[in-house]
Amino acid sequence: MKQRFKEHIKQDKEEWGLPEEVESIEEMIRLYRAGKISDNEFRRFRLQYGAYGARLNQDFTMMRIKVPAGILFPDQLRRLASLSEAFSIGSVHVSTRQNIQMHWIYLDDVPEVERGLVEVGLTTRESCGNTIRNIVVSPFAGVCKKEPFDVTPYAKAFAKFFLRNTLNQNLPRKFKFNFACCEEHNLSKIADMGLVPITKEENGKIVRGFRVYLGGGLGPASFIAELLEEFTNEDQLLPTAIAVIRLFDRLGDRINMHRNRMRYLVHDMGFNKFKELVLKEREIVNATKSIYMKLDIKDIEKPTKGLISIKPFNASNEYKRWFNTNVVEQKQQGYYLVFISLQMGDISANQLRELARVVEEFSGENAIITTPQQGFVIRWVLGSDLPKLYKQLSSVGLAKPGALSITSAVACVGTTSCNLAITNSHRLGKEIQQRLLEKGLDKDKDLEGVTIHISGCPNSCGQHMIGTLGFYGGASRVNNTLTPTYNMLIGGRIGEDARLGRVITRVPAKRVIDVILKMISIYKSERNDKEKFTQWIDRILEGRGSNIKDVEELRKIIEEEAKIPDADIDADLYLDYGSDNKFTAKTARGECAA
Amino acid sequence: MRKIIIKPKELLNKLDEYIIIDARKEDEYKEGHIINAISLPLARVLDAKDPNELAEVFRSVGVSNDDKVVVYDDIFGAIAARVAWTLEYIGNDNVSLLSVTFSKWKSMGYKVEKRIRKRKEAKKFIVRVNDAILATADYVNAISKTNNKILLDSRERLNYLDAHIPHAINISWRALGNEDSILKSPEELRRMLKNRKIDRDKEIITYCGSVGTLSGLAYYALKYAGYENIKLYAKSFKEWKALQLPIEEFKNATYWDLSAE
Ligand code: SF4
Repeated sequence: MKQRFKEHIKQDKEEWGLPEEVESIEEMIRLYRAGKISDNEFRRFRLQYGAYGARLNQDFTMMRIKVPAGILFPDQLRRLASLSEAFSIGSVHVSTRQNIQMHWIYLDDVPEVERGLVEVGLTTRESCGNTIRNIVVSPFAGVCKKEPFDVTPYAKAFAKFFLRNTLNQNLPRKFKFNFACCEEHNLSKIADMGLVPITKEENGKIVRGFRVYLGGGLGPASFIAELLEEFTNEDQLLPTAIAVIRLFDRLGDRINMHRNRMRYLVHDMGFNKFKELVLKEREIVNATKSIYMKLDIKDIEKPTKGLISIKPFNASNEYKRWFNTNVVEQKQQGYYLVFISLQMGDISANQLRELARVVEEFSGENAIITTPQQGFVIRWVLGSDLPKLYKQLSSVGLAKPGALSITSAVACVGTTSCNLAITNSHRLGKEIQQRLLEKGLDKDKDLEGVTIHISGCPNSCGQHMIGTLGFYGGASRVNNTLTPTYNMLIGGRIGEDARLGRVITRVPAKRVIDVILKMISIYKSERNDKEKFTQWIDRILEGRGSNIKDVEELRKIIEEEAKIPDADIDADLYLDYGSDNKFTAKTARGECAA
Repeated sequence: MRKIIIKPKELLNKLDEYIIIDARKEDEYKEGHIINAISLPLARVLDAKDPNELAEVFRSVGVSNDDKVVVYDDIFGAIAARVAWTLEYIGNDNVSLLSVTFSKWKSMGYKVEKRIRKRKEAKKFIVRVNDAILATADYVNAISKTNNKILLDSRERLNYLDAHIPHAINISWRALGNEDSILKSPEELRRMLKNRKIDRDKEIITYCGSVGTLSGLAYYALKYAGYENIKLYAKSFKEWKALQLPIEEFKNATYWDLSAE
């Protein structure tokens, strides 16, 4: 079965981990426990190795595994499964930046976990702390119908070049690269440096290059990145990146931890000024370039066509439903991408093992890719294999429909693990997904392109700023009772015309689902003709709505819907999801800026 | 010297030296078992009320004080460990665990049979209770932060976070073994324990959720790693809760909602 793929697609496995680092982690923890190094020094060290403090409990930590371009191999999936059972909670979490996170690990078990990761080529190095974080790549890269060329080799080369590079060991703050594959599958404008591949013709030859976007990012204050220049030739890609990082390293704010991301630097000096500095710095980089500063780009060889022999079969309704929202044709005829929608990125050890087996049998690249939607995608699946693959996935609960629809909400971990969380955004996300699936909204074509994003605090790890509907957690007094609430935003989107959402009102946690459903029903009665939900939102934002004209008028209706009776009538409405206790907003110091 | 763990090849080389006990349910035994094995389901051991009754159970299936015994099961060694510990408790120090589960044994292509094996009853089993390896609720309740004892909870992480006996720390039973063996190598176990500051000069008391199975496995993991001062709180958290003794809970996070199960 596997044989038929072997010759043609080869996703190279890189060794990201280093065995000697396991020993240095062991040693540092020993020194720390013996009181030989300070809390601060140790914190810096452990963040460099992806160990992030757990919510309100000093004994435990989260470990974030860096997964460049989101590529994981079957042996790595199996290892994640066994490590999560042995040292974590028996499931792992896929993050929006394509990392894998394991939570509630004893700090003192970190070396043992790292050892297990390194053995299969993985690392947690530079996945937290003030470093260049995981390189995010569109999961469509290499198979996208609209891409000019495959960016995967560039992204991997970037990851290789920067990992452990002295350039990024002590930046003012973290730094994020996002690679898009085309205009649509594109998170370039919400990163410190976003890269969109393009080509142009020069003397009858096709030349590769990128549109480079700088200074974007989501957080308590979010910014959309701006374009550096129309065309950055591929050979200028690395010099440009180095120039930007050197500038950030030199000029970034190291004092004020709330303003030390590069976007503030760019914003404060103005983009034109920053751009000028970047271009100048690039000249210096080019002039002093050493032989080590070269990306090793090797295109991955791919077939252009698969076996095209999908036999007609009697597809069940469930199969069709899954097919419609989870399966996408590749540009290589006969091959498909199969998306796996998890519940807010959580997958159990047993499911991981099953996935490993399925990947070996069905993925032409013998690998799986994590997606920014907190899921997975199996690629290079032959069309004729789809029914069989569906059956196997559904037998382990991995064929949930709606992967590319409104039902696949995205949510950060919130109070399940994060020190800064005010609300249980994670559980809310799961509840939303379940309700919307029950209502069959994944099947609603009018809702295509609608995304729901939830964060447990203003920090935006759940990317609430880019959701068509976005929510971020807070605590407010409602009818004189402290209540978990969400600020609701509308109109966020990604892509080349990326836009940040606009806050419209505040909603008690237990009313969020009602409000989402209300929005859909308002849209249905307000829409013009064949207008999609997202288009209707655009009209509202522009003040051109039908009966409901603008954001002001919409707010009133939503506020009405969000009202809750007094606590003595229905106390549950004042509690957060997943908790029977009176709501309190407990938080501790975040470690972002440590 | 007594071996804690016996590998399949070693066992097959010395088949006549050992009494092999299958600790699974009787039905499972009847469907096929390791060659020469006799059946002694854990339930029969748990039913016995005191050391004398226990001794009678073992005697009646042909096990005496000095017999060399190997126990196996098909639940990661946890059931086998509990049977082995019991035998040790009443006075047979020659008990070992098979390094693999029955399924693994089978998948490795080693011999299984369906024939029901019975041994002649043993002449006698002299009860020599080894109280040093048993911890009672009172004993556990007296543990404080400072008295050089370590209380080890062998359940999975979420259960531990949810509620545990005060002062307990957690090593999930799943960290003790791997795909090839019910227990990791002594070196690996020692490394893990050392990282967790579980020192050999401390007394360690293991417990788990119900009847001392998972914690029985932890008991043998510690032994295998060369630790000597270990007790099993055989009645574990089930009894602890029933007695309404104090528990420690962690309610500051909604960690259950992170689980995919
Ligand atoms: S958005 Fe807030 S609650 Fe969610 S993970 Fe980030 S810091 Fe934590």
